[in-house]
Amino acid sequence: MDCCNISHQIDIPEGVKKVVLTGNPNVGKSIFFNSFTGIYVDVSNFPGTTLDISSGKFKDYIIIDTPGVYGVSSFNDEEIVARDAIASADIVVNVVDAVHLERDLFLTQQVIDMDIPTIVAINMMDEAEKKGLKIDIDKLSNELGVPVIPTIAPKGQGLEEVKNSLHLAKIGNSSIKLTEELEDLTEKSTNKAEAVLIMEGDPHVSAKNNIGDIDYRDKIYLDRRERVNNIINKIVTETTDSISFGTKLGRLMLKPITGIPMLLVALYLLYEFVGVFIAQTVVDFTEGFIFADTYEPFIRGIISNLVSETSFIGQLLIGEFGVLTMSITYTFGLLLPLVIGFYLFLSILEDSGYLPRIAALVDRLLTSIGLNGRAVIPMILGFGCVTMATVTTRLLGSKRERIIAVFLLGLAIPCSAQIGVIVGLIAPLGSKYLIIYALSIFIVYVLSGTVLNKILPGESTDLLIDLPPLRMPRISNVLKKTYIKSISFIKEAGPIFVIGAIIITVLQYSGILTFIQNAVKPITVGWLGLPKEAATAFIMGIVRRDFGAAGLSSLAMTANQTIVALVTITLFVPCIAAMLIMLKERTKTESVAIWVSSWIIAFVTGGILYRILEFIA
Amino acid sequence: MNLAEVNRGDKFKIINIPDTMVRAKTLRFGISEGSTVECVEKIPGGPIILKKNLQEIAVGRKLAKKITVDELQTQKSIGKTVIAR
Repeated sequence: MDCCNISHQIDIPEGVKKVVLTGNPNVGKSIFFNSFTGIYVDVSNFPGTTLDISSGKFKDYIIIDTPGVYGVSSFNDEEIVARDAIASADIVVNVVDAVHLERDLFLTQQVIDMDIPTIVAINMMDEAEKKGLKIDIDKLSNELGVPVIPTIAPKGQGLEEVKNSLHLAKIGNSSIKLTEELEDLTEKSTNKAEAVLIMEGDPHVSAKNNIGDIDYRDKIYLDRRERVNNIINKIVTETTDSISFGTKLGRLMLKPITGIPMLLVALYLLYEFVGVFIAQTVVDFTEGFIFADTYEPFIRGIISNLVSETSFIGQLLIGEFGVLTMSITYTFGLLLPLVIGFYLFLSILEDSGYLPRIAALVDRLLTSIGLNGRAVIPMILGFGCVTMATVTTRLLGSKRERIIAVFLLGLAIPCSAQIGVIVGLIAPLGSKYLIIYALSIFIVYVLSGTVLNKILPGESTDLLIDLPPLRMPRISNVLKKTYIKSISFIKEAGPIFVIGAIIITVLQYSGILTFIQNAVKPITVGWLGLPKEAATAFIMGIVRRDFGAAGLSSLAMTANQTIVALVTITLFVPCIAAMLIMLKERTKTESVAIWVSSWIIAFVTGGILYRILEFIA
Repeated sequence: MNLAEVNRGDKFKIINIPDTMVRAKTLRFGISEGSTVECVEKIPGGPIILKKNLQEIAVGRKLAKKITVDELQTQKSIGKTVIAR
């Protein structure tokens, strides 16, 4: 396993010192990074993850930002990225939250134990003061053995001092008591930093140094915790015991009686912002005006001079599902605004500290379908774009949870493109039909999750998360996060939409698409009670989920038929891009099993619904 | 008793956390075997919210059942002492 050397991901000239910024999530680390590097920042993707590492220059140093983590190890992707950056650092600037020293100093002590010259920036000093915490900075610096600088980063206080103190970084006082073992291992491995990680049982670092599994983690962690607690007892005095407004609000978010209404309000805002403003107003402009009306005729004009539009190549490039027409319009005109909207909303939830509280609140519901509260992130994103949400299932704790989440996303979460068309078709029928539709999808969602939870082997992981204090999100940070995530989504999904378009064009040109449509007809008419043309809509649903639903609007159908068709098409398939991303995230067998079973579930549910509605009538 | 049996407002000591991964994670948050913590919220059927100083964490119900705790002070016992006075 290739690990522990960030130079593989970032181009660093020989001899330049690497300064790595570390800290727990949401401690204001990015303000330090921006202050160090200004606007010229390189963003490089870390292979195998959705994570990006930003780096930039400051004087003769290269500054590397890392994802927020609670410790250095390989518990998840964020930690692996942070670990590799920290292990190859010449200097670590560790940002800690003055309000959360007990939590944050664990990472600080771990970095110090790794024998890396460190400076600690103790941030949010104003907030600590408000909460009645008195922190003895000099004593803390003495105890840790490294410089400690008090800062209030959002107000710019202390940033300059941190920047001018890089040369003062020192190796601090270790908390590791197993000194003999450590010395022994340091000789056998690259350096002390890696030796510490090996002793803490990090399998990648052990493998890299050809050392078998050693695990002193329990002992080292306990000693480290004890040391941190001792330091805190010496340096922090609490002067008041008042409960702040933020703390009270945080509690209200967790209590179901107040938390559920708050969550509903948040979801309503999400709907108004993304579902109405972006999906309708913005997309009408970007997809309709910019791409369909302006860009597409332009590119068609150019290409049709070179190849005939009706030829295979012409179809491939600028046909109905062309790479230069549909793929581009779909990716940039429709998806990009939606993705930006969703990530903007999610970043605000994340930075404010509300997201972990939502996760705790809905944990109970999600555990019954074999997931835990953390799965709320892919589920919310799914309503934006299932392809994007499928990628984020990587953050879930076990393979089992990832399979369940990917399956449910593909099956029962209609994406925003589809919701728009569905709402348009149901609205004229009245609220009764909207309820039938939503209820059918919800029942399928819960039943499928419950069944998967029963039949899949193993156990899902339990919720165990930090509930950070509530804070006003910083606009610049929210925008930066949204920007980085949206770009990386387009980079990841863009090629997939191109491949999807190619497959569909080939299927259409070769006549296979028509063949499948004809093959599906008997089921549509006999089993679902729909007009035979509905089959075309189903197949078009694979191309783009909203195409499928839109195809239904031109058919003359009764209200019952419309509902049956919409339920079936929602469940029927994820679009081709989502199908392809499943292949990337899961194995071939799993993906095919997911596709085929969603087809079966879709038709079975549609047929049953048709019969129930007939029976009631 | 286990962590799932505590009530809101109870203060108790963590006696045993069985899983080594879970132990490592809680240690990072500042909570270890032997720590005294308070339950600040118990979501019905859902996670237990623990607080130690200013640190709060949410522990899923199933996991909470595996964690042994020793009660130091319950809301009820506070009530009783008041009555006894």
